[in-house]
Amino acid sequence: MTRTTRLGIAAGLGLLGLVSACTPGSNTSAPPPSTVSSVQTDASKLGDVTLVVWDQEVRGGQAEQMKQLNDAFQAKYPNIKLKRVSRSFDDLKTTLKLALTGNEPPDVVEANNGRSDMGAFVKANQLIPLDPYVAAYGWDKRYPASVRQYSSYTPDGKTFGQGNLYGLPQVGEVVGIFYSKKKLAAAGVQPPATWADFEASLAALKAKGEPPLVLGNLEKWPAIHVFGTAQGRTTSPDAIKQLAFGRKGASWKSDENLKAAQTLTDWVGKGYFNEGFNGQDYDPAWQSFAKGKGTYLIAGTWLQADLGKAMGSDVGFMLPPGTSADAKPIATGGTGLPFAITAKSKHPEAAAAYLNFITSPDAMSTLAKTGNLPVADTAAQQTTPGLQQDVFNAFGKIVTDDGLVPYLDYATPTMPDTIGAALQDLLAGKATPEQFADRLEKDYSAFASTNG
Amino acid sequence: MPSPRRTASPPGEPRRIAYLYLLPGFAVYAAFLLYPLLRSVQLSLYDWDGLTLGRWVGLANYREIISDVGLRAAFGHALVLMVFFAVVPVCVGLLLASVLNRAKVRGLAFFRTVVFLPQVVAMVVVAVAWRRIYGPDGSLNDLLRAIGLDSLARGWLGDYALALPAVGFVGTWFETGLVTVLLLAGMGRINGSLYEAARLDGAGPVREFLAVTLPSVRGEIAVASTLTVIAALRTFDLVYVTTSGGPGNSTSVPSYEVYHRAFELGRVGSAAAIGVTLTLVILAISLVINRIGDRETTR
Repeated sequence: MTRTTRLGIAAGLGLLGLVSACTPGSNTSAPPPSTVSSVQTDASKLGDVTLVVWDQEVRGGQAEQMKQLNDAFQAKYPNIKLKRVSRSFDDLKTTLKLALTGNEPPDVVEANNGRSDMGAFVKANQLIPLDPYVAAYGWDKRYPASVRQYSSYTPDGKTFGQGNLYGLPQVGEVVGIFYSKKKLAAAGVQPPATWADFEASLAALKAKGEPPLVLGNLEKWPAIHVFGTAQGRTTSPDAIKQLAFGRKGASWKSDENLKAAQTLTDWVGKGYFNEGFNGQDYDPAWQSFAKGKGTYLIAGTWLQADLGKAMGSDVGFMLPPGTSADAKPIATGGTGLPFAITAKSKHPEAAAAYLNFITSPDAMSTLAKTGNLPVADTAAQQTTPGLQQDVFNAFGKIVTDDGLVPYLDYATPTMPDTIGAALQDLLAGKATPEQFADRLEKDYSAFASTNG
Repeated sequence: MPSPRRTASPPGEPRRIAYLYLLPGFAVYAAFLLYPLLRSVQLSLYDWDGLTLGRWVGLANYREIISDVGLRAAFGHALVLMVFFAVVPVCVGLLLASVLNRAKVRGLAFFRTVVFLPQVVAMVVVAVAWRRIYGPDGSLNDLLRAIGLDSLARGWLGDYALALPAVGFVGTWFETGLVTVLLLAGMGRINGSLYEAARLDGAGPVREFLAVTLPSVRGEIAVASTLTVIAALRTFDLVYVTTSGGPGNSTSVPSYEVYHRAFELGRVGSAAAIGVTLTLVILAISLVINRIGDRETTR
């Protein structure tokens, strides 16, 4: 053995020793959950503190509302200094994990609701339960249960939709149907009041020659909203919640779910969708709808501002119609990203005061004025007639009637992938409804059975 | 072969001092390359979500790579991309370079620049542009419709059979320039008398290419192949931007899986195992290429 190789081996071993000294994750000791006996709700009495806030409110109206609310907060409580870090959604998602495991994480973070984000943070004791503050600030009255479920986890992070509250959202979203009034009128079709009407109108519109439904599914997730809309007509909301929150006790292979999948297969077969939808980008798809292609766009309220601007009075929005005109509305939807308080924050009370401020009734009207869809008191907001009013009424109605069902990809950490790919296969005719359901059932049941 | 003067020290400073000179460089190399590499190897032996305490699982993550159909398929896709990123560009590059070299066209520098241009643009920008070209209303379909081939128009990136070749073709377009310029440089160095000799022996252009040009640029071909093969195997940005691995999972590649698992699924251990495996595959393939290139250039 030459000296060089010996040296190399020694260096290698030394490095290996350095590395193997610690198991990954062993330096992230779990702080005990804080127990707060009495909450100081007057933020001006909290002394001089600095709060570091990480948010993803970087676009147009979102950025505007955040700035206005932060300025108002600073003016009202000069003793609390805000240090704001804003990143785009994707950047925030990928850096948050590292930031939380560091020694000085931000005090307030905007975390994605899903299992692989908020759920993982709860499991790792990185976020504090907000329950002591819920009572002190009356947040349970501000938010109905159908909204709170999206930020609730059991303390072990295993059960989604139940347990402690870990975050407060500012905005809401619901998937419904945007429609072109001109196109409907030209075909002599009334805006559908029932699901049967809707399907009949699809046939009538297709008979005029143009595919009525606009879909851009290159990104895989857009079809989840279309499927969720069909599923809301066939499957009971409780079963959807079981499936979407990844809890035991439901099955993808039920007749109801198969029927929903069959609906989509039929729609493709009848040529209701624009051609090449699996290779079409989401953004160009809704932009083409705004320019007059197709009649219906099944999408979320997040497109309201853009579509309203592009189409003016031509565009309307409705919740997916039920089996009868007065049926309880069911629609996929949820909240924007909730704001949460980190476990290592030294000023949880100030952080809670901040959360309270940016979700107060005043904040909700600021949100509405800046073109966002506030999650609370939605129907009470001043709106401009037309699309914004349609959207606000729809969201207000679905929250009051407790008709929101969660996004199906919340179910398991791998579900966004599984369902996205499975739906592309289903829509392309590569998989039958049975094969589609089998694939989802495999993912869902594997997770639900080990998750307890 | 044992050195005859093993004990006698060579002239100049003693050997040991030399290592001292290497130390600063080695320290940087170790801190930024060796340590992360070893750390990845270590992580790959754990089941770790990036947050809570990791669990030792031994080689289970590696076993998964072999047993998981989806992951095996991802490595298969990378091999298909190798054809588009390396084999096709080298063939096209050889042709282009020998034509450019033979023709002694005026404004060679101009053509060289044009051919090389894709390399200058960031891959993300390239991907965004091609995503538009391949769209159902994109320029490729417009072109097909304009020449009456309506039946061929489709959403290219949403087509199960054609998405992977479509992504691969972007790679071909991207790498051909680099390969051509490399080969042109190699051909420029060939001694003109060799061609003269070949011509005197009655060789035509094809014969000339096979007998003189091709053997002379073997070294360059090896370099070009190594670079492009590595580019093919570690493709991430192109897939991430154009298809996210779709439709279905028909364009997923190992490096996309690494990102997906580490940042989206929270399976850091599995991601590290794929990364390590990918590193080994790249290492093995480039070793083979260099072996072939080296052996044949030593004359």
